[in-house]
Amino acid sequence: MYDFAYHKPASVADAVKLLGADGEAKPLAGGQTLIPTLKQRLARPTAVVDLGAIKDLAGISVAGGKVTIGAMTKHADVAASADVKKALPALAALAGGIGDPAVRHRGTIGGSIANNDPAADYPAACLALGATIKTNKREIAADDFFRGMFETALDAGELIVSVSFPVAEKAAYMKFDQPASRYALVGVFVAKTAGGVRVAVTGAAASVFRWKEAEAALSKSFAAASLDGVKASASGLNSDIHGSAEYRAHLIGVMAKRAVAAA
Amino acid sequence: MGAEGIGAAVRRKEDFRFLTGRGNYTDDINRPGQTHAYFLRSQVAHATIGKIDTSKAAKAPGVVAIFTGADFAADGKGGLPCGWLVKNKDGSPMQEPPHPVLAQGKVRHVGDPIAVVIAETREQAKDAAELIDVQLTELPVVGTMADAVKPGAAKIHDGGNVCYDWHIGDKDACEAAFKKAFKVAKLDLVNNRLIPNAMEPRAAIGDFDRATGEYTLYTTSQNPHVIRLLMGAFVLQIPESRLRVVAPDVGGGFGSKIFHYAEEATVTWASAKVGRPIKWTCDRAESFMSDAHGRDHVSHAEMAMDKDGKFLALRVKTDANMGAYLSTFAPAVPTYLYATLLAGVYTTPVVYAEVRALFTNTVPVDAYRGAGRPEATFLLERLVDNCAAEMGMDRVEIRKRNFIPSDAFPYQTPVALQYDSGDYQATLASALKISDWAGFEARRAEAKKRGKLRGIGISTYLEACGIAPSAVVGSLGARAGLYECANIRVHPTGSVTVFTGCHSHGQGHETTYAQLVADRLGISIDQIEVSHGDTNKIPFGMGTYGSRSLAVGGTAIVKALDKIVDKAKKIAAHLLEASPADIELKDGKFVVAGTDKAKAFGEISLAAYVPHNYPIDTVEPGLEETAFYDPKNFTFPGGCHICEVEIDPDTGVTKVVKFTAVDDVGRVVNPMIVEGQVHGGLAQGIGQALLETCVYDGNGQLRSGSYMDYTMPRADDLPSFDVATQSTLCTHNPLGVKGVGEVGAIGSPPAVINAVVDALRETGVRHIDMPATPAKIWALLNSGRRAAAE
Amino acid sequence: MPKVSLTVNGRTVSAEVEGRTLLVQLLREKLGLTGTHVGCDTSQCGACVVHIDGKSVKSCTVLAVATDGANVTTIEGLANGNELHPMQAAFKEHHGLQCGFCTPGMVMSAVDLAKRNSNPSEHEVREWLEGNICRCTGYHNIVKAVQAGAKAMAGAKAAAD
Repeated sequence: MYDFAYHKPASVADAVKLLGADGEAKPLAGGQTLIPTLKQRLARPTAVVDLGAIKDLAGISVAGGKVTIGAMTKHADVAASADVKKALPALAALAGGIGDPAVRHRGTIGGSIANNDPAADYPAACLALGATIKTNKREIAADDFFRGMFETALDAGELIVSVSFPVAEKAAYMKFDQPASRYALVGVFVAKTAGGVRVAVTGAAASVFRWKEAEAALSKSFAAASLDGVKASASGLNSDIHGSAEYRAHLIGVMAKRAVAAA
Repeated sequence: MGAEGIGAAVRRKEDFRFLTGRGNYTDDINRPGQTHAYFLRSQVAHATIGKIDTSKAAKAPGVVAIFTGADFAADGKGGLPCGWLVKNKDGSPMQEPPHPVLAQGKVRHVGDPIAVVIAETREQAKDAAELIDVQLTELPVVGTMADAVKPGAAKIHDGGNVCYDWHIGDKDACEAAFKKAFKVAKLDLVNNRLIPNAMEPRAAIGDFDRATGEYTLYTTSQNPHVIRLLMGAFVLQIPESRLRVVAPDVGGGFGSKIFHYAEEATVTWASAKVGRPIKWTCDRAESFMSDAHGRDHVSHAEMAMDKDGKFLALRVKTDANMGAYLSTFAPAVPTYLYATLLAGVYTTPVVYAEVRALFTNTVPVDAYRGAGRPEATFLLERLVDNCAAEMGMDRVEIRKRNFIPSDAFPYQTPVALQYDSGDYQATLASALKISDWAGFEARRAEAKKRGKLRGIGISTYLEACGIAPSAVVGSLGARAGLYECANIRVHPTGSVTVFTGCHSHGQGHETTYAQLVADRLGISIDQIEVSHGDTNKIPFGMGTYGSRSLAVGGTAIVKALDKIVDKAKKIAAHLLEASPADIELKDGKFVVAGTDKAKAFGEISLAAYVPHNYPIDTVEPGLEETAFYDPKNFTFPGGCHICEVEIDPDTGVTKVVKFTAVDDVGRVVNPMIVEGQVHGGLAQGIGQALLETCVYDGNGQLRSGSYMDYTMPRADDLPSFDVATQSTLCTHNPLGVKGVGEVGAIGSPPAVINAVVDALRETGVRHIDMPATPAKIWALLNSGRRAAAE
Repeated sequence: MPKVSLTVNGRTVSAEVEGRTLLVQLLREKLGLTGTHVGCDTSQCGACVVHIDGKSVKSCTVLAVATDGANVTTIEGLANGNELHPMQAAFKEHHGLQCGFCTPGMVMSAVDLAKRNSNPSEHEVREWLEGNICRCTGYHNIVKAVQAGAKAMAGAKAAAD
């Protein structure tokens, strides 16, 4: 790791100020991705702004048909939350399947979403549920948030404050683990909400995306059988030592059906 | 058997320190004034080295010194030696290219060390290494064995890319037998390359004491005396009397910590140059490109059979990857530890094997748990399944029909080995019963209802371990003997220290060896300490590998105990006024036979050190004995492994749902430890079969270079195992022990793959190379489906 | 250099660290608590697991400076003198360790599981240990040890209550 200056502000405003003052500074949430990246010397921030002391960034509330989760809320807390389990069990289950227990005790929803790893789980939930990402300066719809590989709509120095998920009628997430890293080789989140059926896929491409053909089929009838004959295209999907684009395309179909069946 | 003697499941003496965080691993050691080393490694697979400019790096904060291959050469130091010479078919010696400690002139694999930076902290050394400017001119990369033998291939070494072209067996007899064959089964297969991944990354501390002129190397080694010998004699020219090698607690080895590595020589040598101790600890990413890898064979095999399915002859052609340089034991692995095992448990009268060892621009390949024997077993046990298919015979029946009968021992194979004992029908019968082989079809049918493809696979394997008779291996090209040494020191009040050359890095020697002593002397294991891993304490030793610690190291202890008891009897006879011939050792007491006259063990030991009333004219004071034991033969564990899998045809995921292992490991000293060794071996074997593989791309870049891409078996990848032992005794060592360290990793891969193929058989699949990953199985199923649809 | 003060195994400690110093480096190099090990650099092997404020975390993936004011327990903090913690005792009884390198992290993870679930199934143990890699044991005996240790911990707690 290269050395850096360390700051631990007590408020979002202070954090934003620190990040604004230094374009090469990086915010640190749970650190479960950033710290390994720094250890491998793949990034060289001049300063690290630790968000861990900002009290009002963590917490879960359920109200008005929405589950709102503070950016610094840990995966383990989302997974264990009775409120989330009741209102959006698919989201609690997703959080409980990220990484391993020790990672879930540090990793945060804000960190995961801001990083937008192509194989991360939370982006699939955001996109499928039509979540709203609230930052220190605006609200961004999930559809506009995830722009590409490790790329989001966040401006430099902009911080996620919380994420709001509309409660779904039915929802489920099915992940096929990449066998070594245990990240998603393919993860599919299906949701039937007041706004319609949405299907989001992670792990398979450069960034999370919606599978529109499946959404159309499921909108007619929200049943696994509706996906018979609906095939995800392999074009543009990732291919690596763990699976070809064709295999990923096939898994998208299998995971989507399983998610629908479980929802 | 006493509660602590041979056969008792004694809880381990060493566990307290490990469980409380008081283990003492190399990286836990810090020397006063210590500096830190970081190795600048090649990021390309093949290039010539031009100018190396270290001037900027030398000025970086905290830097103490920077050395390159040129500094090493200028100091007249040697390269890393190879411990085994294999000869070509024509009798000429193999190509043995230089293996510089730090690269000289060329880099030959990603990870090849170019320079070492010594700094006050590890991070400072790393920071400075980035400032070294190395001019590299890239050369065409020989990424695979197929590339290595292509006409016009780039030459990795001056002598080309072939290390040796070796053979064993009677070629003419083999061809004659194939001409008479009723049927021939054939198989092409790959034995996938693995990365050993002991959980403790390698580490080394070099510490030169200017006052005494003594060098100390602390290192993560399975065999500190071997490192002292190789490094002292061949690399740094330091006499043993001034070189101490300490292997403290070592966090797993699996073969990868046998070899003498560049980093050990570098920190030892450089510590004298800078006048301060130097510590190096490997990052995991670095270990992927600097620890010796394992396996990596490409083979073609054919078995000739008569009309009854009896094996007439086996012929095998194998290419074995050596990587870019010859690691310490590398040439022996695909020859003497592989081809000599190709008879397996069968009466095949003729075997002929040709093995070509090739250089590629990859990390050196050497022994990894099983070393050659898993490759032989995988080939043979996969081929036998094909034989059964070819003959339309049952897989169990064809094995039974070809087994070496239990009354045929000693049994001479056509490939050099003479097996001393075994009962293959017995281990098979036991495994069939425990696994409920007979009830399998009902389980397959039930799984089918759930949409799962269930398969069962069997492997009846044999291995040769307890290495090794020195004269035999010497005639085969080993440059060292493979005996073992034990020293037993009985202290005045009757406690005992055992000094052994067999290092323990998970195998539980501190307990098992104490049991041998407790059993013999009748004292509590609490009075016995086992000391290993320090060349200044232990007279000599060849170390721990090849499942040799009990068969060879344990026998050395028994031989030393013989001498202790012999001398103690003389002392007892004097004290009891009897003849030594009448003294018996019983329950920890020396008794005059047929009387109640006795002396406790502690009384004898005290007399030996306080010899006031002592047979001083005929017996020296003191009670300490040393024995060297050179085994008469290899030992031959064997057994039967049965694996049951379920495959999800939608995803290609294979789950091992049941695994049975019945092993003949000879006499069992500690059944708890034996079972643990089998479990661990099975995990590595199942890992090879389903999960693990080392992947290079065409440019010699490691694609599976971290745990993000190299699939280590995790707790939820594996089932609990049904393991049992069914032993015959080794006939040529006094304990009757054979060895257990490697059986799990040897027997299991073909059992798993045979099960996978069985599960997929109805879809037309006949073979799948390891690892049988979900993606690979899905692709096979998918092509089958497409073929069926067309 | 930033200064950090925290409680480790019940003792208050302070140290000067660089921003980049990891918690595991603070423990091993500054405090001499070498029971916590480092087996990888991608946060996967779990040899470095310790408890921060009672929860298992990977100390190789936490900045030392970020633990200011925290309560950290390491493997050295479990036993009471020569008396092993019930989970440690279960690992010994069931031969849940071989080379010992992954053991501290494995035990710390297991203790965290047992605090939540006093009677975990084999499946639950295997899932929980997803982030702890062992190369020696094949996990078979670790699973048995964790199940036995969890029961023993519940028993000890019931006795104390």
